[in-house]
Amino acid sequence: MSEADIRILVIDDNRIRASVIEEGLREAGYSRVSIIADSRPSVRAIVEADPDVVFIDLENPNRDVLEHMFQVSRAISRPIAMFVDRSDRAMIEAAVDAGVSAYIVDGLKKERLKPILDTAISRFNAFSRMREELDRTKRALEERKVIDRAKGILMRLRGIGEEDAHALLRRTAMNENRRIADVAQSVLTAADLLSGGKP
Amino acid sequence: MTATSPTVTIRAGFIPLLDAAILIIARIKGFAEEEGIDLTLVQEFSWANIRDRVALGHFDVAHMLAPMPIAASLGLTPFGGAVITPMCLGLGGNAVTVSNAVWYGMSVAGADNGGDPKAMGDALRAVVAERKAKGLPKLTFAVVHPFSSHNYYLRYWLAACGIDPRTDVGLTVVPPPYMADALAGGHIDGYCVGEPWNSASVVAGVGHIVTTTSAIWKSSPEKVLGARADWAERNPEALAALLRAMHRASLWCDAPRNAPELVELLSSSRYLDVAPSTMMAGLTGRITLGAGQPQPVQDFRYFAKRAATFPWVSHGLWFFSQMVRWGQAELTPATLETVRQSLRPDLYRRALGPLGVALPNASAKIEGTLTMETPVATANGRLFLGPDGFFDGKVFDPDLIGDYVNSFDIRGPGPLDD
Repeated sequence: MSEADIRILVIDDNRIRASVIEEGLREAGYSRVSIIADSRPSVRAIVEADPDVVFIDLENPNRDVLEHMFQVSRAISRPIAMFVDRSDRAMIEAAVDAGVSAYIVDGLKKERLKPILDTAISRFNAFSRMREELDRTKRALEERKVIDRAKGILMRLRGIGEEDAHALLRRTAMNENRRIADVAQSVLTAADLLSGGKP
Repeated sequence: MTATSPTVTIRAGFIPLLDAAILIIARIKGFAEEEGIDLTLVQEFSWANIRDRVALGHFDVAHMLAPMPIAASLGLTPFGGAVITPMCLGLGGNAVTVSNAVWYGMSVAGADNGGDPKAMGDALRAVVAERKAKGLPKLTFAVVHPFSSHNYYLRYWLAACGIDPRTDVGLTVVPPPYMADALAGGHIDGYCVGEPWNSASVVAGVGHIVTTTSAIWKSSPEKVLGARADWAERNPEALAALLRAMHRASLWCDAPRNAPELVELLSSSRYLDVAPSTMMAGLTGRITLGAGQPQPVQDFRYFAKRAATFPWVSHGLWFFSQMVRWGQAELTPATLETVRQSLRPDLYRRALGPLGVALPNASAKIEGTLTMETPVATANGRLFLGPDGFFDGKVFDPDLIGDYVNSFDIRGPGPLDD
């Protein structure tokens, strides 16, 4: 069995992440990768994939469903949780940290699992970083909007220009040892309260 | 102990369910902090995660299905490692729900809104028999995990009503939050789960609650606090402090006046992420079974009353008897000893005795003999237990597990699914 023959099943209801993992595995030479992105994995879908390795993200409640199917179904060759051999502790820790769990079908040797798992873990991590990056960008955009609105209020109420309004926010933030976005938020809250608007 | 800055960190995993309340409240109402514990709660999404992260040492303790520490200690789960039960998280709180179609068939067969397990089981047996006669596919029932109280309570009820859970119906596993959807989509025909996931189907108009597990086995145990045995061994003081905090939390949770605040706190996305109104039924035991008015269900749930948190050895042994009954475990002197060792009323006593909590003198009881609330012998204070009867009148003597298992006509492992 060469790399290209190992069948890998990824169960993840986050389709984008599943694709990111699939792509990584293909790049590493594993061509037989299938994905189940359904919120309700069926025995038939698993039988069709006939996997040597199954990956499932740790936030997926279907882990319990999957383990039950492995136990009671005659049709599925019985994969077992990766957490069997305590000598794999470092590998297990890395997997859990990345948020992925692996099941291997008896017969697939540990040495062969290692590179597959490494690829999956690095892809899971890469996806998490991507998501964090996206969250950060979103947050920055949000904060930018808050600061702009706060500047507008200061300009109107104090009759100052935009640069002065910005300087005022920045100075206040420095004096109070707070983030400028937080000071801006306080301005918005205060303005809402004073104008009888939404709390 | 006065409120000081926390000194010990205890990491605990939980699944978003109403019966994790004691653990969650111990943290958010400050009971843990008062005991010098920084209780870190981590929301998990599968029992498999809970099991693995306890075994790996990520969690010291966790909200667990009562049979899980037993299964882990017996080596029936992948990663092994002994897990102990030093405290129970309550009694009751589960129900059995069926689809509207099954309920219609049951009502034709005479089912009413009484919730009586025998009458409901008879009606369901009629539906099962009719489907068989017509050559229709078997009904499928879901539970939350193979090693769950729900699995054993559902099987017990079905079998006692003459429905063989191995052959007359299909059994599958569905995560609690997906139950209502699976029922609505026709993927399953019924299920047994804790609240609020029965009421969720009723609220959505997709199912009908037929009976409660508190009617199948009165005062039956529900989730437990599972602790990794080696952690508990090394940290006796921290564990005792946690049990004290959780005891106080259980009293707080059991007080009816706290119900509105409790559902409000639990509804946060960090904990259950369920609307407070949906949780109220399971909390108060005023349950809407189907279309109609809520009705009080006797003794539906206790967080503290009736020694609800006491880890009875006989409760653990009953779960073990069902594992043996259904072919999941073998009854030998060694396995029996392992199960006994995994239940730790001694640790519970040591932690709560000094607080003057009324503790039963016995650690095991014959289950199913109390027909009504009965005062029992304690070292201090007054304690009432029961009723604790099984709906079919059987009695479980924890000293006679083999005879008990053999007394069931329907027993043994099921055939594998195709």
